[in-house]
Amino acid sequence: MPNRPTGRKRTLAERTYLLPVLRDLARTGAHLVRTVARPEARVTVEYPEVEKPMSPRFKGAHRLLLRDDGGPRCVACMCCAMVCPAKCITIVAREDPEDPQEKVPVRFEIDLLRCIFCGYCVEACPKDAIRMDTGIFELNAFARQDLVHGMAYLTNLAKDARAEAAVFHRQHPEAAPPGFLPDEPLPVDPEILARPRRRVPPVTRE
Amino acid sequence: MSPGLQVLVVAAKIVFVLGFVLGLLPVVIWMERKGAAFLQDRPGPNRAGVLGIRASGALHAVADVIKLVFKEDVVPSGVERGWWALAPLVGLTTALVTFGFVPFGDEIRIAGQSVRLQVVDAEGGALFVLAFTSLSVYGTMLAGWASNNKFSLLGGLRASAQTVSYELAMGLTFVSVLLVYGTLALDRIVEAQAGAPWHWGVAQGFGIVGVPAFVLFFVAVFAETNRVPFDLPEGEAELVGGFHTEYSSLRFALFFMGEYAALVVSSAVVTTFFFGGWQVPFLDGTALRLHAGAVLAAVGIAVGIGASGGAVLALRARRRRFYRALLPADPRRREPLFWAVVWTVAALGGLGLAVAGLVDLPARVPWGPGAVAIMAQFGAFTVKTLFGCWCFVWVRWTLPRFRYDQIMDLGWRRLVPLALALVGLTAVWVVARETWGGG
Repeated sequence: MPNRPTGRKRTLAERTYLLPVLRDLARTGAHLVRTVARPEARVTVEYPEVEKPMSPRFKGAHRLLLRDDGGPRCVACMCCAMVCPAKCITIVAREDPEDPQEKVPVRFEIDLLRCIFCGYCVEACPKDAIRMDTGIFELNAFARQDLVHGMAYLTNLAKDARAEAAVFHRQHPEAAPPGFLPDEPLPVDPEILARPRRRVPPVTRE
Repeated sequence: MSPGLQVLVVAAKIVFVLGFVLGLLPVVIWMERKGAAFLQDRPGPNRAGVLGIRASGALHAVADVIKLVFKEDVVPSGVERGWWALAPLVGLTTALVTFGFVPFGDEIRIAGQSVRLQVVDAEGGALFVLAFTSLSVYGTMLAGWASNNKFSLLGGLRASAQTVSYELAMGLTFVSVLLVYGTLALDRIVEAQAGAPWHWGVAQGFGIVGVPAFVLFFVAVFAETNRVPFDLPEGEAELVGGFHTEYSSLRFALFFMGEYAALVVSSAVVTTFFFGGWQVPFLDGTALRLHAGAVLAAVGIAVGIGASGGAVLALRARRRRFYRALLPADPRRREPLFWAVVWTVAALGGLGLAVAGLVDLPARVPWGPGAVAIMAQFGAFTVKTLFGCWCFVWVRWTLPRFRYDQIMDLGWRRLVPLALALVGLTAVWVVARETWGGG
């Protein structure tokens, strides 16, 4: 007999084919009973209503941390921009007016459309100024510019910002628009809104 | 009976049967989808809904119909236009016609006339059933040939070879069934199975004849309806969509409906031959009419208990993570309560039936016992047919597809000799029964 997976001969019961079929039917039937009787045992997570718990090490959207005195921790050393394999971090630095020996960023932008979420920027930062612990993974927008996060936006985000937004809306249902998902859009950086929308020129094919 | 009345009665039966089969289609499709999901530890389709009431995915069939109606009807270039357009109609038509031979209830008396609950009470009903199930492959063959597509052609070829092969086994099993009953008329086959389940076809010859006959017939039916594990004609892994690759929109919907109509009809035929057709277990027509009140009460109590359980489960669903996570404005929040109300109304209906049965209401109206009997029989037929459909679904989502040579091997070298042996065995059994009067 060709194509027999194991070298051994089939037993008589196996060669009837019917008995193994009955055994398999019992097996799938048991799965049916379990799935119907215990809906919680189903493997499917009914996203977006129900969410899968995220690993604390999950690398979501970035945020920038502040010093205790409120200034950015970032010293514009360019380590993150240098190490970034996608070259998605843009930093413009200047002299710190209070301490001319230090640099501070005037612009710090992360183009999330280019970002590959490798986390090298977090590892490279000597000041622990950038982290990817917001838990935000649903990155979508109507304009490409909206996914280039600027400094105001990045410093506004908190750890587990996504989960907190969801919790906030469960605690304050009156704030939620009707039928909206539990997680609200996060506060939008006015700097981004004020910026003129850059029209993407149409691609001309040779 | 006057000719005019006769025409009217036949027309009514045709409309009823068409409505029954076509009405069962969404139910069976829903069963297929939900069954597939549950057998695989998934929740299955559950998103389509109206005003937040999702009905466990039952509305997806409606959504599908709307989608298919509005899709473009693509006619590929190079198709044999006429045959190509005809092909989708064949499967559905033959399936529906086959159902015309299946009796779905006992004889009833209307205005002093006896009416058989069967569209065609042909003497050779079983032969017609065999003939029309064989005809259904023409749809597949035509589609494969007329599509001007090699994948379709291969699908059609597979379908025809497979159907011809398994027809033989099926026909031989028919011989065995007909030897046992001594008639080709389906209504008399069902009448012969009255009473306890050990009078059913599957228990013939203390199961020695009935069970192998049922197994062989069931396997052959799987092959005839192109269901998994015999669904090579549309084996999507090798043949894209098989014979229906080139069909879209409503033409595809017709193929789809034809497939499921064939499923319903096949399971009705299996029920008729082996599981007593419309016979209610333990209660033949006379007993049903005699104990109409008790039957009604029993059904009412069963419905009441089942529906109360449904109401409790519906309310308990609110504790599920899904419902707890919904926002207050989400219309789906009212779903558990809605179903609790629906189930409660059903439970009250069951209670009403039980009370009506206990005070023996059916005996107080002249047509009462007859009506209860016919409803019970039709209900039994529906339940058995749906269970048969469920078996098709269950097997489909349990077994992998056969290889082509395995199908041919199984058909010609296993089923045909077995069916031939079965015919001999049945003949021996029938002679023994007639000689010694066993049963």
